[in-house]
Amino acid sequence: MATTVTAPRSETVSDDRRGGAPRRRDINSVGIAPWLFLAPYLVLFVAFVLGPIVYGLYISLHRYDFTLPNKPFVGLENYTDLFTPGSITFSSFWRAMRATGIFTVFSVPLLLVVPLVIALTMNKKFPGRNLFRAVFFAPYVLGVAVIAILWRYLLDSNIGLVNYYLGLLGLPDDTAWTTSTPAAWFALVGVTVWWTLGFNAVIYLAGLQDIPRELYEAAEMDGASRWQQFRHVTLPGLMPVLSFVTMTTIIASANMFGQSYLITKGAPGTETRTAIYQIAETGLRNYQMGSAAAMSYVLTLFLILLSLLVFWLFRDRQTPKKQKAGVPLQAAPMMLRQGRG
Amino acid sequence: MSASTTSSLETSPGTTGPDRPSRAPTAEPTRLKVRRVLRYVVLIALAVVFISPLIFMIVTSFKTRADAASLPPSWWPTPFSTDAYATVLGAGTDTPVLRWFANSMIAATCHAALVVATSALAAYALARMEFRGKKIVFGAIIATLFVPPVILIIPNYLIVGQLYWLDTLIAIIVPTAASAFGVFFLRQFFIGLPVELEEAARLDGANRWQVFWKVVLPLSRPALVTLGMLAFLTNYNDFLWPVYVLFSPETQTLPAGLSTLQTANAVRYDLLMAGAVVASVPVLVLYMGAQRFIIEGVSRSGLKG
Repeated sequence: MATTVTAPRSETVSDDRRGGAPRRRDINSVGIAPWLFLAPYLVLFVAFVLGPIVYGLYISLHRYDFTLPNKPFVGLENYTDLFTPGSITFSSFWRAMRATGIFTVFSVPLLLVVPLVIALTMNKKFPGRNLFRAVFFAPYVLGVAVIAILWRYLLDSNIGLVNYYLGLLGLPDDTAWTTSTPAAWFALVGVTVWWTLGFNAVIYLAGLQDIPRELYEAAEMDGASRWQQFRHVTLPGLMPVLSFVTMTTIIASANMFGQSYLITKGAPGTETRTAIYQIAETGLRNYQMGSAAAMSYVLTLFLILLSLLVFWLFRDRQTPKKQKAGVPLQAAPMMLRQGRG
Repeated sequence: MSASTTSSLETSPGTTGPDRPSRAPTAEPTRLKVRRVLRYVVLIALAVVFISPLIFMIVTSFKTRADAASLPPSWWPTPFSTDAYATVLGAGTDTPVLRWFANSMIAATCHAALVVATSALAAYALARMEFRGKKIVFGAIIATLFVPPVILIIPNYLIVGQLYWLDTLIAIIVPTAASAFGVFFLRQFFIGLPVELEEAARLDGANRWQVFWKVVLPLSRPALVTLGMLAFLTNYNDFLWPVYVLFSPETQTLPAGLSTLQTANAVRYDLLMAGAVVASVPVLVLYMGAQRFIIEGVSRSGLKG
């Protein structure tokens, strides 16, 4: 606060603020100052978020081939094609949606349960706890390119560690993890669980520490077993966190891209090519941007419906008091989990 | 993850989970001891298995080409070789890993700075100023938290193309910098600051900018560092966007470059692991140094608000 004191300004604060609610008042109400503060952000926001959302809709209504001079308006054709069996985009799009669906259905339950078990194991003070927490979180800070290249090596059917150690255990040692289904699905789900479980575990752990200890003590006085304590104290106390984790995990899984692009390269055929992968290839490799934009809107609609479903499922069971403020943050770390899953 | 960060990471005593002694008053101490030892054994075993792929990655990067492709896999490089690094980092290849490394560091640093600067300014206006349209602005920003990023891929590609940013680092730095999360996160933090300090500064004649710059920002260092860290990590690790908007070998970021390295050297696992290690070093260093900020930032995101 190195500002020199100048003459008191006319619009200085009134002294009565201590009495009222902690709200800012008169000083802030005038001028363009707020807009100057907002301007840099809003420029980016309008140019690269709000604008593109509308622009994408525009693109999806045109036969928008990047390489062609004409981009004729075609109305909803790009959308109706997606729902017309036999059209160019129909089969590739729904095959990719199916791939995303399979991945999500198998990865989400594991990513909800495994990190919870880890968090429960660590929900006590003991020396070294933070070290363990750091270890379990570590893979998450690495990018998908690193973990995918690493696992493609480990999953190599001839010289990979995975097959080698399976062989030592007397199991089949020639599984083609990256080029055959269902093995490729096990690989993609397994790698993703390994990669991202730390994220969910850390959030669970913070949620567990917020459950008042007195509740456990009371439950114990009533003679509740460990399982009963988990069922009636831990689980209800964890509900808001659980709904958050469920939501972000589903969204992240539905946005899976890098693992499929790098580990299986969509193989066999394009069977493990996910929806995002298909959209990117359609729009940015084959330059059929109208179709790709339409696909991304259909996928978005699916994701929104799915989110509403999850939200509704958890809403019924949540205690009303925590509900209100928690809502907007449900999706906050989407930024962190973009394209992971 | 050293001992120095340990104490600050512990939560206050009142908020910890159930404690062992009070759980089962009838249990004899030996059983408790067994249980405690058992937990360590299980956790250590789990942690070792969990981290072993990363260890194997580092080990393999120091192997020779033949050694990296031979069975049974060895957990120690014999002979110890830095050939893979020499090849990967050497000049004159079409996979200039060092160049990619520089590109990634520049892009992620600029991106993080841009995110922190724009989010902090906007968040301060939304936290402490009253103006017409505030609710609409804030509502629009929050609403985009729910918009899956996939919807932006195609239009942003075209916009970036029209700005002649394709195949440049600006395409990686700028379009993703409007962080709704950043605004939300910092706004929450600013609202939590004691308003009296700002008022005192105002009474001393400081204008809004001076209050923001000299009072609010210094008080917000932990939040700014956390956001900057997360933005750096996200940008550094981003994969889809760089893969499609960067074409030339010399403009790639590390993750995008690694995928071309993989295509070009499908069976040179020594090279691939060396490249992966190079790509991991900055984030792992950042993680070890700032683990507290990163983990706390993540774990709070699920709870606050």
